Amino acid sequence: MIGKLRYALMFLVCLTGCTQQVMPWERGFLAKPQMQLDTDPERSKIMKHTFSSKEAATGGYGVGGGGCGCN
Amino acid sequence: MQAKQFKLFVLFVLSFYSAISSALEVGASLPNCHLKKMADGSELNLQATGKVLYVDFWASWCGPCAQSLPFLEAVNEEFKNKNFEVIAVNLDEVREDADAFLKQHPVKLTTAVNADGQCPEVFGVQAMPSSYIIDRKGKVRHIQLGFNLSEKAELKQKIEKILAE
Repeated sequence: MIGKLRYALMFLVCLTGCTQQVMPWERGFLAKPQMQLDTDPERSKIMKHTFSSKEAATGGYGVGGGGCGCN
Repeated sequence: MQAKQFKLFVLFVLSFYSAISSALEVGASLPNCHLKKMADGSELNLQATGKVLYVDFWASWCGPCAQSLPFLEAVNEEFKNKNFEVIAVNLDEVREDADAFLKQHPVKLTTAVNADGQCPEVFGVQAMPSSYIIDRKGKVRHIQLGFNLSEKAELKQKIEKILAE
């Protein structure tokens, strides 16, 4: 039992690494364009618009509506 | 035995949270901070200036900082003869980023870096940019978190009021 508890404690101690707070002044690297999930928001907006028109679906991006894609 | 181990573990985990810094408050004394001027690398002592200081923490990646620096430049030019100085402390992780930014947005005001990285923690910077107006007695009189162009007039009024004391 104590052995299992020891492993559980070791596992939980590893999780404390997740509690590290990124301070406001430490976000320089996170703010770089290559760190963004979407590197080209303009292009991706157009692609989504085209996709929704061609497929008659919104593509599951959480945006309502479909439409003809003509506007 | 297990209860004791558990208590020890809880204390151990909580010790990680104790490292989180507390923010400076209005009325507090100006903390000691190790700064060097970006222009020539000379030491910059905030304690011994005898001026009203506007200490601004900025970084090249911070959008509102690019808006605040021209305002601070203008304020510095306007009030520098009244014992007022803006000190713009750069917090970039890479010095070259700051230099490139200043090439694009040149300013005449005093820019500084904090080589040991303790300064923002000592001040308890909570947002970028964060600014602290320090009066002649070395007391924090106003803390500005973030920057909005609509707050320019209000900030200028606060500076004028402290300068008039």
